Amino acid sequence: MQIEITLTALPSAEYSATDLGFLLHKHPDHLHTRGTSAGDVTIFFTEKSQERTTAVLHLDVDPVGLVRGKNQQSDGLLAQYVNDRPYVASSFLSVALARAFAQSMAGKSKDRQALADQALPFEVRIVPLALSGDLDLVERLFAPLGYTVTVQEDDYVVALQVRATIRLADMLNHLYVLIPVLDNFKHYYVSEEEIDKLLAKGEGWLADHPDKELITRRALKHRRSLMNLALARLEEGMTRENEDEETPKLKPEEQLEQPLRLHALRLDTVAEVLKQNKVSSVLDLGCGEGKLIARLIKERGIDRIVGVDPSVRTLEAAHRKLRLHQAGDAMASRISLQMGSLTYGDRRWQGFDAATLVEVIEHIEPHRLSALVLSLFADARPKIVVMTTPNREYNALFEGLKDGKLRHPDHRFEWTRAEFESWATGVAEEHGYSVSFAPVGPVDDTRGGPSQMAIFNQEGAQ
Amino acid sequence: MAKISIPDYALVVLIGSTGSGKSSFARKHFLETEIVSSDHCRALVSDDETDLAATGDAFDLLNYTASIRLKRRLMTVIDATSVKREDRAKLVQLARKYHALPVALVLDIDTKICHERNQQRPNRDFGEHVPRNHAKALRRGLRGLRKEGFRQVQIMKSPEEVDALDISREPLWTDNRTDHGPFDIIGDIHGCFDELTELLGDLGYQIDPFETDAEDLIRARHLEGRRAFFVGDITDRGPRNLDALRLVMGMCDEGSGHCVVGNHDFKLNKWLKGRSVMQTHGLDLTVAELEQTSDAFRKQAADFIWNLRSHAWLADGKLVIAHAGLKEEMHGRGSGHVRNFAMFGETTGEVDEFGLPVRLEWARDYRGKADVVFGHTPMAEAEWLNHTMCIDTGCVFGGKLTALRWPERETLSVKAKAQYAVPAKPLDADQSLSAQQDHDRLLYFDDYATKMRIETRFKSTLQIPEENALAALEVMSRFAVDPRWLIYLPPTMAACPTATEGPFLEHPDQAMDHYASRGVTDIVVEEKHMGSRALLVIAKNAEAAQTRFGVEDGKAGVIFTRTGRPFFKDESMEAAVVARVGTAMQTSGLWDALETDWVLLDAELMPWSAKAQDLLKRQYLPTVAAAKSSASALLAAISQAGDIDGLDALKTQTEARLSNASLMGQTIDGYCWAADSIEDYRIAPFHILATEGQVHGEKPHTWHMETLTKLADADPILQTTGWKQIDLNNVEDREAVVAWWMAHTDKGGEGLVFKPNAFTQRGEKGLIQPAMKVRGRDYLRIIYGPDYDLPENIDRLRQRGLGRKFSLAEREFKLGFEGLHRFVEALPLSKVHECALAVLALESEPVDPRL
Repeated sequence: MQIEITLTALPSAEYSATDLGFLLHKHPDHLHTRGTSAGDVTIFFTEKSQERTTAVLHLDVDPVGLVRGKNQQSDGLLAQYVNDRPYVASSFLSVALARAFAQSMAGKSKDRQALADQALPFEVRIVPLALSGDLDLVERLFAPLGYTVTVQEDDYVVALQVRATIRLADMLNHLYVLIPVLDNFKHYYVSEEEIDKLLAKGEGWLADHPDKELITRRALKHRRSLMNLALARLEEGMTRENEDEETPKLKPEEQLEQPLRLHALRLDTVAEVLKQNKVSSVLDLGCGEGKLIARLIKERGIDRIVGVDPSVRTLEAAHRKLRLHQAGDAMASRISLQMGSLTYGDRRWQGFDAATLVEVIEHIEPHRLSALVLSLFADARPKIVVMTTPNREYNALFEGLKDGKLRHPDHRFEWTRAEFESWATGVAEEHGYSVSFAPVGPVDDTRGGPSQMAIFNQEGAQ
Repeated sequence: MAKISIPDYALVVLIGSTGSGKSSFARKHFLETEIVSSDHCRALVSDDETDLAATGDAFDLLNYTASIRLKRRLMTVIDATSVKREDRAKLVQLARKYHALPVALVLDIDTKICHERNQQRPNRDFGEHVPRNHAKALRRGLRGLRKEGFRQVQIMKSPEEVDALDISREPLWTDNRTDHGPFDIIGDIHGCFDELTELLGDLGYQIDPFETDAEDLIRARHLEGRRAFFVGDITDRGPRNLDALRLVMGMCDEGSGHCVVGNHDFKLNKWLKGRSVMQTHGLDLTVAELEQTSDAFRKQAADFIWNLRSHAWLADGKLVIAHAGLKEEMHGRGSGHVRNFAMFGETTGEVDEFGLPVRLEWARDYRGKADVVFGHTPMAEAEWLNHTMCIDTGCVFGGKLTALRWPERETLSVKAKAQYAVPAKPLDADQSLSAQQDHDRLLYFDDYATKMRIETRFKSTLQIPEENALAALEVMSRFAVDPRWLIYLPPTMAACPTATEGPFLEHPDQAMDHYASRGVTDIVVEEKHMGSRALLVIAKNAEAAQTRFGVEDGKAGVIFTRTGRPFFKDESMEAAVVARVGTAMQTSGLWDALETDWVLLDAELMPWSAKAQDLLKRQYLPTVAAAKSSASALLAAISQAGDIDGLDALKTQTEARLSNASLMGQTIDGYCWAADSIEDYRIAPFHILATEGQVHGEKPHTWHMETLTKLADADPILQTTGWKQIDLNNVEDREAVVAWWMAHTDKGGEGLVFKPNAFTQRGEKGLIQPAMKVRGRDYLRIIYGPDYDLPENIDRLRQRGLGRKFSLAEREFKLGFEGLHRFVEALPLSKVHECALAVLALESEPVDPRL
């Protein structure tokens, strides 16, 4: 990838555009090459007139070294595969800029200090640019700093052109910070030092940038605590809670349902059903991060809770959130988490009063539901099964959900009330359960509740 | 000198006061590891073997150690005083739990001698009252030892008697592991003598002439020395109980037959011994016949039944025969519980709607490796379920009399000539799924969520760490097709050893050298298609699929990816492709030629873009575009710059890069086209992996290629694969292959695959790599990046380690075929599934994905 820096001069100007060579400390007639940690940098000038002089910095990232070296990013083995990193403007280019134009970035010029201190008409073109997000983002980031922005997009490639009358050092600092922000990626580990770097390069402009939060978040690679620390230092006196490391990104389903607080409502409803039925042991199938378990922990009379989930990572999160690592023996013997799958049988599921499946069945392929039914209703046979699943009829009332779309990309189906009731009634009849239904959430007259619940009671069970 | 014989699996309890000489006696007769001593346990938990405060913990350890040894069916000797009845009771209970015979060896030695001995030993300076109290307690219990449950009691009253005792060991009565058969295992006879003689005749037994209405034994034998093995219930309900008894007794007497005891035999024995029994369930008929016989015959019959074993543990433990079956933890063991289980099965005490006892389905949970063959419960068909088979097919109820040939595992039946009795519960004949298939509708997570050890028929046992197994289970349960369809997952394929010089990273020479150096010269080379791996399970129709696979989804076949996911998101497209391939099997005559109604094909499905759309958009196409744009921009700048020293070299280099990026783009374009209708797909099958009764992994690749050509000719969506058979000793063959590879890859082909023609080829150091890919120079740009073959890059890329990939390919190949063999042999699905799961688990091992 390359960056082209052009200085223009009107005939009336007191300087010549060729002074760009002095400003960049590069002789316009020579080919300049140097190795940097980001790759090999080549600098030469394509135009050298009084009116217009352009310097080109081309960065050649070593694709083999990228895979083999220490810079491997943590996105797993895919990092070993071919990708666009060696060819697009990214944090590599920022590193190269800082190395190749260190003096200029510091605002120094040995022979033209007056020009270095002065705002001059510059144009910059970067090609190809890595852009994560809409094209508007470029405008949002550069326009507040006084740039005129032109973006060209063509078949996976973006070329960026910005123009402003500005001090060279300021411009280079803007670019240094904003190139990786556009990319939303950094090729190196972001530590607390990065805050200092960000604040140094952002001095004088970042604090007033309307998108400073986005810039800080992306520049610090989504490490929330670092971001808050940085923002706090930007706006003195302002304090924020120190939240989790990871960005709390709402899952698509939660985002849709958030205004209704639907998930909390669902969990409360299910917990209430269990309480009313005075169950003493609960098998929470598809326990996720343990939100239902957290509610049940407080219930007296429930002396055994087992959460089951197919994902080890999810279980680890549940373990953390439920603070099971700090649990004493008494609590540890009451609550346990186990990896398990709803499409396999499991002998450990015998002998429970209740099983819960809160928003679980819709994550199972319809043709595999028969295995769940066998496992749960024929094999484990808890006295009571409480199940919730989205009511598809309600989807039309969600803003931001396109017609015919499901609430979550992993949903394999969503049922209407009639579909759910017919399935559940069949299951109940076949396996000796009775079943009743109830809506969960605010009920719409024609479309029902956003979620629907079925309660199965084993016939003849106490 | 007294001689005793004890079973080689027993719980031996030494009883004697301190100083009676138990420990030296134990060391003389038993291995040190067989002895569990309270003193030793006390030392282990307290560093002091005389620390009485540690006694409680020491006995916990003693019990625990003994339990584990018994669980593992090992001789266990308890060296503790055991003079108190309550101490012994715990040990007898332990023996019962693990079905070991409890044996008491008592050292009843004069208290004075004990005391003297104690005085001479360090740390035993307790007074004479200690051995005296021990002796008192001991003598109190001496008489009741048998009542306490000890099956064998030996009392030694002096040091001389102790020294003189000679102990030998014998296998348990039920332990016939050295007997390997072959056997013809015959189900419940219940007096169906005519059917029995017919069945024996069909099995190749010759029956000596005999008279009816007589009581001499009837003799019979197999001409080739096979032996009949009766599962018991010889008499009752049927028409010729006496003759059935005469024949079974005659064969057992001669050694041409064996028998285990059934519940009816047991009850008959009670009557024969003159005890009062209810003459129900057809015993009245037997009694009526036997009342006509002599006392001598009745005595002989009583002795015969008395001597029948509860079960037989045969053929190195690979076969167990018991009347009502037997759980794994009871095989080759002895206890009242074992005998009861073997005769009656396990019941809950409840009765069902027919008034029959509710049986616990032990066979459902059976996970042992031994085949367990039994009778007792009449079934419509004899079927395998988890390595168990009930061969009582209700002959006396008008069903049939069935024999199982073992180790052949084939059944043979004779129809009942009449219905001699009415069953309490109808023999259920109307079932669309077999017993095994019905059971296999559900697999059990806890069977797999552990470190897996899989024994393969390739002379190696493969281990899967628990965390990999769990990862595979997660993926399997979230994304895979129904496990009943998922009988196989394909192995990864090794890349050829790296070319050491020149512009190539991979070259046919290295693959050919690899095989030649291992003495494999008969090689089949196949064109490698660039699409996505697809496994096609195709049945003749939905009914055939249900019969063979036990599926209930109404599909006639499925197509899945190499990780077991449905290939097509759109089920109707899958159904359409399945139907087309099924029709091609029909028109090509392959259903008939292969004598099958289902087939598993290994294929490449094209275009690549059909499956890899997301990857293309997210990764490959942006890379090509960025590489091109980056080089073009630099070239434009160079041409503008004019004459600067050193720019020419940069220009040349950049032109090469632009060309490389374009080549990568063209290569990708060649693998992509719109697949809007079924006609746009191309399926290139290259292995016929399995059909009914056969796994084709030992057939030469020439057979696979020739057969598949016939299939491909039957439908344009099926594509043939270019192939050549070559002899690596022949230089012309080698050169021709190199030329073919060059031409093929120059046109954008992915490359060629080299395979030992024998398919599964064993070499000196185990399996030879079953396949090796040699990828084309331009194709590799997709893998290693557009500029991988620039001199500064390629030399670094040559440093690639292939060892892991080779090992992975080999292990996955073995697991894949192991699973297929298991499926074809109709083993339980849980055994087939574990292989597929293991392949997936291995795929979670970190290996350079570019290989």
